[in-house]
Amino acid sequence: MAFLEIEGVRKSFGLNAVVQNFDLAVERGEFVSFLGPSGCGKTTTLRMVAGFEAPSTGAIRIDGKDVTRLRPNQRNVGMVFQSYALFPNMTVADNVAFGLKVAKRPVEERRARVEEMLRLIKLPTLADRYPYQLSGGQQQRVALARALAIKPQVLLLDEPLSALDAKIRVSLREEIRGVQRALGITTIYVTHDQEEALSMSDRIVVMNEGRVEQIGTPFDIYNFPRTRFVASFVGTLNILRGRVTDAAGGRIAVDGQEIVAARAIADGQAGELRSVALRPEAVTLEERTDESNRMRGTIEEVSFLGSVVRVRVRFNENAISLDTFNNPNLSPPRRGQPATVSFARQDLLVLEGAEPG
Amino acid sequence: MKGAKIGPWLAVIVGALYFVVPLIATFEFSLRLRRGEYSFEAYRIVLADPQFQATFGYSTVLALATIVVGVLLVVPTAYWIQLRLPRLRPIVEFITLLPLVIPAIVIVFGYLRIYNSSSLIPMTASERATDLLLTFSYVTLALPYMYRAVDTGLRAIDVRTLTEAAESLGASWPAILFRVIFPNVRVAVLSGAFLTFAIVIGEFTMASLLDRPAFGPYLQLIGANRAYEPSALAIIAFVVTWACMGLINLFGGGKTTKAVP
Repeated sequence: MAFLEIEGVRKSFGLNAVVQNFDLAVERGEFVSFLGPSGCGKTTTLRMVAGFEAPSTGAIRIDGKDVTRLRPNQRNVGMVFQSYALFPNMTVADNVAFGLKVAKRPVEERRARVEEMLRLIKLPTLADRYPYQLSGGQQQRVALARALAIKPQVLLLDEPLSALDAKIRVSLREEIRGVQRALGITTIYVTHDQEEALSMSDRIVVMNEGRVEQIGTPFDIYNFPRTRFVASFVGTLNILRGRVTDAAGGRIAVDGQEIVAARAIADGQAGELRSVALRPEAVTLEERTDESNRMRGTIEEVSFLGSVVRVRVRFNENAISLDTFNNPNLSPPRRGQPATVSFARQDLLVLEGAEPG
Repeated sequence: MKGAKIGPWLAVIVGALYFVVPLIATFEFSLRLRRGEYSFEAYRIVLADPQFQATFGYSTVLALATIVVGVLLVVPTAYWIQLRLPRLRPIVEFITLLPLVIPAIVIVFGYLRIYNSSSLIPMTASERATDLLLTFSYVTLALPYMYRAVDTGLRAIDVRTLTEAAESLGASWPAILFRVIFPNVRVAVLSGAFLTFAIVIGEFTMASLLDRPAFGPYLQLIGANRAYEPSALAIIAFVVTWACMGLINLFGGGKTTKAVP
C-alpha cells in the first residue's frame, strides 16, 4: 500500500470543476511534483491534501488512515507557502517552535528541536532575528524548518521558490532536495517551473485544466510525452502535424514529405491527422546518409544565443527549431537559405489521439 | 516655482491659525480667574472638584469597558469577514458606518423605547443595567472607528496564509486568534482603543439622556454655570484627547515586514 493515496478526487466550485478524477499513489519518502500552468488545479489538489479544501468526491489517505474529512490541524502535514507565511511577531526560533508549542511539548524538547532545525537549514546564528530582518531565501528556509519541526508525515510545498530570484532559486531547490533526502520525508511540490520539477522530482504529475495529463519520472516525462500538452509544456518541443500514410509502419507525411517513427502508430489509421513531437537537440542541420529521417525546407530564422545558435527551418505549414553549437570558425546559416534537417526514427514521438481535420 | 511653494504654505498657516488661535485664547482665558494676574486657579478648582473626579472616573471605567466589548466584538468579526466571508464586507462596512449618519439622539431615543423600565428588557430599570446599556451604546458610537482601525490592520497582514500556516502546524482557532492574529494587529487594536477612549470621555447626548453621571454632562453643567472653569475643562479634555493620539503614534511604530534583499 502506498504511503499517500489520492483516490478519485474531484473538486468543484459551483459548476466549475477545478480538479477531476485525480488518482495518485505516493510511496514513503518519494518526492512528487505537480507541474502545470496557472489554474490547472495543482494548488487546489495540494490544498485538499493539506485539508484547506474539502474534496467534492474521492478520498485521501495517509499511511492507511482516511484524512479526507479531518481538519488541517489534525493531519500532521507540514506546509510551506509561496509567501513564506512566517509569523511577523515572532523571532526565527519562535516561528520554528510554534508547532511544538501549540502541541504543548516540553521547553527542553522545543529548544533542542529548534537548534536541530536551524542547523539543518544552515541558519544556526539567526534564531533571534525577526522575519523582516531576513532575506527572502532565508525566510523560506525558516518556513521549511518550521514545517519540518513538527515531524510531519507529509511535506507540502506550494511554489516555494516563485518569489525568489533565479540564482537563489537554483541553490535553494538543491537545499530543499538535500533536506528531503536526509529526512526521507514524503513530499509533494507544486510548481509551474518545468526545470524545477525535472531537476528535483522522483516523479512528476503533469496537470492541465484540472486533469492529470501524465505521471512519470522526469526522464519519461521529458523524453516520452504522451500528449500534445505535455510535449509542449515540458521543455522546448517541435510539434509537427501530418497525415498517417502507414500506421503499422509508423509512416506520416508532413507537408508532403514522409517521415518514419521507430514504432507503429498506436490506434492510428491511414489518412488521419496526427501530431508528432521532436526535441530540438534531436535534430541536426545536415543530410545524414543513414536510416534517419530527412526533411528539406528553408531557413526562416536564425537566433544567436551565445554558446548556441537556434535555427528555424520552415517546410510549408510546419517548421522545426533546432540548436547548433556556436563555432567561431564557421559562419552561421543565413535566412532564406535551403536546408536539410535530419533526425533519428526513435526520436520521433507520435502523440496520442487524432487531430481534428 | 517660488509662487507654487508659497500657496501651500499660506494654506497651512491660515489653517493652523484657524485652529490654534481659539485654543490659545481659551487657554489664556482659563488663566484669568484671579484679577490682574495669570494663574492655574481655575484648573485647581476643577481638579479638586469631587464631581470632576467622580464623573471623569466613571467615564474612564465606561471607556475601558467599551474598549473591551468593542475589541471582542470587532476583531473576530473583521477577521472572519476577511478570511471566510469577503463578499459580506460591503454590508458590514455599511452597518459600521450607520452610527455616523444616525444622530446619537435618535439612537438613544430608540434605546429608551425598546429598553425602558416597562419593556420586555427593562435595562433602564436599574443603574447597573443602564451602565451596561450606555456601554453598548458607546460600542455602537465607536464602531466606525474601531472597525476601520482593525480592518486596516488585518489588511496589512496576509490573514489567510498566516491562518493556514498556523493551522497546518496544529494550532486550534483560539491559538490562531490569540497567538497569531491579535499580536499582529496589536497596533491597529490600540489605535481603535484610543479613538474609542477619546470619543467616550467627551460624549454628552447618550449619557445625559440615560441620566448617568458621565464626564460629558459634567462639562455641560460647568459650562452653563461658571466662567473660567469651563475653559480649563476644555483644555483638560483637549490634552486628554491629544494624549490618546500621542499614544497611538507611540505604539504605532510597529515592526516592518519588508524583507531585506
